Amino acid sequence: MDLYAVVFYAFAFITLAAGAIVVFSRNIVHAAFALLFAFFGVAGLYVLLMADFLAITQLLIYVGGILVLVLFGVMLTSNTIDVQMKTSTIQTFPAVLIVAALAGTLIGIFWSTDWKTTTDPPIQATAPKIGEMMLTSYLLPFEIASVVLLVALVGAAMIARREKKA
Amino acid sequence: MLTEFGKVLLFLIVGAMFVVGGLVASWLLRPHRPYPGKLSPYECGEEPVGEAWIRFNVRFYVIALIFLIFEVEVVFLFPWALVYRELGMFAFIEMAIFLAILLVGLAYVWVKGDLDWDKPKPHIPKIERSHSPLRASASAERVTA
Repeated sequence: MDLYAVVFYAFAFITLAAGAIVVFSRNIVHAAFALLFAFFGVAGLYVLLMADFLAITQLLIYVGGILVLVLFGVMLTSNTIDVQMKTSTIQTFPAVLIVAALAGTLIGIFWSTDWKTTTDPPIQATAPKIGEMMLTSYLLPFEIASVVLLVALVGAAMIARREKKA
Repeated sequence: MLTEFGKVLLFLIVGAMFVVGGLVASWLLRPHRPYPGKLSPYECGEEPVGEAWIRFNVRFYVIALIFLIFEVEVVFLFPWALVYRELGMFAFIEMAIFLAILLVGLAYVWVKGDLDWDKPKPHIPKIERSHSPLRASASAERVTA
């Protein structure tokens, strides 16, 4: 087993163990913090796949942003007086059905996909290539992305805003 | 041969070892004599009240949402900054348009007051100054006495 495999299995272990904690933890705050390590492990796997831009994005957006939102969401919804930071098992039967259907779909896709492999060496740095494509070939989608972000910003601020007391 | 991300990984490992090593070393070296006062969060005679996991104010959430949007913007800036030198003025104008559109969003949340950090007003107790003749004479008496 070479170094690459060791690092891969280390990150895969971190991701899966943290994911298991997220799912099985009865404490919702612990689950949210375990999500941090799951996201981080996925970022490490992206690096190993030579997807450096994706890894940075994963770190910035998911570890730095989404997780903060999740934690705030947890902290906002739970009250200290009616302590409900624990999760419980409800609706086992529908959950089993949905999970079975989802797993079946994923495994079906996995088996029916024609996994193309190449012997070409991977691109060393993907970010400059992405930037070049973004500013030349895909200029319009790039600019539209800013409009989408604007809409998201206005919408999110509008929904989340606290009503001003009259 | 170490890649750039290999160095990052090395830093991560060394950083983790630093934390774990410090904790393990202090755990091995320190005497273990706990008592309730020592185990309380504050060792300064203050009794902790309630939970440490408090309910956050909703204004944090709005700020976090706005932060997330501008973080996505930073992700777009990142590949642009890498090729900016080659593409020159063209890329600059493109990014200027991109940022200008998002600045509208910033202006929106600014005008709507989402960025205002409305501080809780301190409750200052007002001292009632009475002007009843009885009290006035009493205080006058005290002054003369």
